[in-house]
Amino acid sequence: MSVVVVLIGFSILVAAGFLLAFLWAVRSGQYDDDVSPSVRILFDNESDKPNDSSVNQNNV
Amino acid sequence: MADCVHCGQECGKNPVIYDQKPFCCNGCSMVYQILSEKKLNRYYEMMPTPGIRLDAESGAGTRYAYLDNDDIRNKLLDFSDGGISRINLFIPAIHCSSCIWLLENLNTLHPGIMHSHVNFVRKEVSITFHDAEISLRQLMELLHAIHYIPDISYDTTKKDSHQKANRRMIMKIGVAGFAFGNIMLVSAPDYFPGNETIDRLMAGTFGIVSFILALPVITYCSSDFFLSAWKSLRKRVINIDLPLSIGILALFLESSYEIFSGSGTGYMDSLAGLLFFMLIGRWYQGRTYQSLSFDRDYRSYFPIAVTLLREGTEVFVPLQDVRPGDLILVRNGELIPVDSVMIEGEGSIDYSFVTGESLPVSKKTGDFVYAGGKQTGAAIKLQVVKEVAQSYLTQLWNEDRLGEDPGMNMQTIVNKVSHYFTLVILAVAGSAFLYWAFEDLGKAVYVFASILIVACPCALALTIPFTFGNVMRIFGRNGFYIKNTGVIENLTKADTVVFDKTGTLTHSRSMNVSWEGHSLNETEMRWIRSVARNSTHPLSVIVSDWLPAGEDIVVESYREIPGMGISGMTEGHNVMLGSRKFIAGSESPEDSRVSSVYISIDHKLKGYFKLENSYRKGLEEVIAGFDGFSKHMISGDNDSERSNLIKVFGTGDALHFNQSPVDKLNFVNDLTNRGRKVIMIGDGLNDAGALIKADIGITIADDIYHFSPACDAILKSSEFGRLYRFVSFAKKSVSVVYVSYTISFLYNIIGLSFAVQGLLSPVFAAVLMPLSSISVVAFASLAVSLLARKKGLSVSA
Repeated sequence: MSVVVVLIGFSILVAAGFLLAFLWAVRSGQYDDDVSPSVRILFDNESDKPNDSSVNQNNV
Repeated sequence: MADCVHCGQECGKNPVIYDQKPFCCNGCSMVYQILSEKKLNRYYEMMPTPGIRLDAESGAGTRYAYLDNDDIRNKLLDFSDGGISRINLFIPAIHCSSCIWLLENLNTLHPGIMHSHVNFVRKEVSITFHDAEISLRQLMELLHAIHYIPDISYDTTKKDSHQKANRRMIMKIGVAGFAFGNIMLVSAPDYFPGNETIDRLMAGTFGIVSFILALPVITYCSSDFFLSAWKSLRKRVINIDLPLSIGILALFLESSYEIFSGSGTGYMDSLAGLLFFMLIGRWYQGRTYQSLSFDRDYRSYFPIAVTLLREGTEVFVPLQDVRPGDLILVRNGELIPVDSVMIEGEGSIDYSFVTGESLPVSKKTGDFVYAGGKQTGAAIKLQVVKEVAQSYLTQLWNEDRLGEDPGMNMQTIVNKVSHYFTLVILAVAGSAFLYWAFEDLGKAVYVFASILIVACPCALALTIPFTFGNVMRIFGRNGFYIKNTGVIENLTKADTVVFDKTGTLTHSRSMNVSWEGHSLNETEMRWIRSVARNSTHPLSVIVSDWLPAGEDIVVESYREIPGMGISGMTEGHNVMLGSRKFIAGSESPEDSRVSSVYISIDHKLKGYFKLENSYRKGLEEVIAGFDGFSKHMISGDNDSERSNLIKVFGTGDALHFNQSPVDKLNFVNDLTNRGRKVIMIGDGLNDAGALIKADIGITIADDIYHFSPACDAILKSSEFGRLYRFVSFAKKSVSVVYVSYTISFLYNIIGLSFAVQGLLSPVFAAVLMPLSSISVVAFASLAVSLLARKKGLSVSA
């Protein structure tokens, strides 16, 4: 049963890793603006959008 | 009738057509043109009509010329090195995902822009650009051209500190949550029966682990509570943080003692959980409107640079370097930054931000001009009379801003309650200690500690953040934005309300129009409207809107004489609109407060349009709603409106006319000195002093992101009719606070009855404390939402 002690140590180590990742995320400003990232992810890149409405019309 | 593709406003009778699409004005179609040339049409696909309309159709002109001055430029830039610069700009117009998309694709519009990044919450965009390819001035002009006009000021430090505080808070919540979860994990054996069988090695390790995890909680996460308790103690006041700190310390010390003496497992899980909830409460309360500014000082209103005439050449100097005697040039649309005397030009000065009066005041050479107005029309030359900080209005504004720290000495509900609460708890703990001390000293210490632990008023402390935090959110959804939750408590105590007249009780943009003179036939009306349509002067716009709609006729030889009027030829007839002097040749003898537009057709005087301020919708309801308040109206105008206002207010005693800005300030000051709790509702800079002096200063604004004087709350002008509902909602929400207090006291009494008997166990604490907090939070949130619905305020976005 005493292996539990070791396991607890590991689990806390893993959790601490996530805590550090969280702290890093906050410090790097990821929590400053909670609106634009959700919108930004839906923007297409300029390079991979040849399907302009004008091009579509040509195809038809 | 079609809506403008750019801004979504109705195009009117004569839409501007470009690319077979209708636009309401040339400005909007210009933006469309710029964007479609660069293949940025997606701007219009992402959201329907995302654009911003500019009311004054004016290009940037030389408005940003001062940015070529290196001193000013360097002060504004965040960073500049090796030909690359970065600037952070506040753009109030940012409002949708299309805005984000366009502003982050600025590099398509100009190759000199390397990168741009939008912070939507703060309505800011940070732009990195090559100095050699695009100057700061050109960058501003580009933004201006697409109608994203940046609000340029030095004053960004306050927002930064808010952001830092917010980050710190989130990190503390993260650490407390981490400790909470993991301590719960190692304390789990305590929660189940049979935990006596766990071997000593494990029990000891669990204890040590939870102690180590609790260390950051007590040193890092709780620091704010300790600090605040210490500060209040030094001021000899007991605030809520004092009993909280006592509870936290008692929890930590008792648990550490139990862990290291091996006598028990301690309450570290309760400690971490409590801090976690408390921090969330603080964070929720502190979530205010980051993009609104409530305490702007005069510097953010005035431009940061002015055009100085030095030996015939124009130079740009920072505003604070302007000295009495200097000659300055003020162009169309620019603010008059300092009290001065008119030297040259025709002044037509829009003081709407100062007085709320929408019509421009005309000034002649030699006239004294107060700072704060906006010149409309051709450029004027002025000689500076006073230092910037000594100008009439700026002085008023800055008065008594120092040394006031609201909230600190304010006797809030929670502080009053916690004062008695702390004393009672200490008394109970003390007598229980004495009682047990005769039997068993160790047990007595334990009982003393457990009373302090269980009495820790976390539910009490969470009540206000969640109740008032919710009230604030609901206010915001309904167009009433308050600075912080303290304002709600002030609102509940208010017993006096003071209104400004012009721009507050009256509309600043719309007017009542009536025609005096020979009656006009339809053709004449069409002529007048066609001529008036050519001018952007507010009076012309009002007149042309008031006249019946119809087909427009081409106007020939149109002329506009600033400060006088306009004239033009339609269908061979000469039509003139303007001041009495322009039309009839003599100054108007009557009261100058009532604006009139004289009309002549073929040089024959036809009559005049009388324009009066119209009262806001819902005025009667608002005044009637403030029943039981002592009501006042205070105005800088003369008493021509007295009879109308008596009908609304019911008495003439409450009406005060011909009051200067200083009179207004003194009036409010008098009231507060007599112990009244005053709500002041105003709009312009002439109310700035009174707004600061009042217990609650509310500013009415058409555009909430636009400049407003320092105040406690900003009310969207369209919501004016609901003002009283907001106040009564705030008053009702206090009863939610009292009920929540009762609930949390009940939990405390249950906990205490166990603690005084020496029966408090860690499991019991671990269940009771979160339970009380959660039930109070749930009750407060639900009750506030129900209350808001009952008051007819919308709860969800």
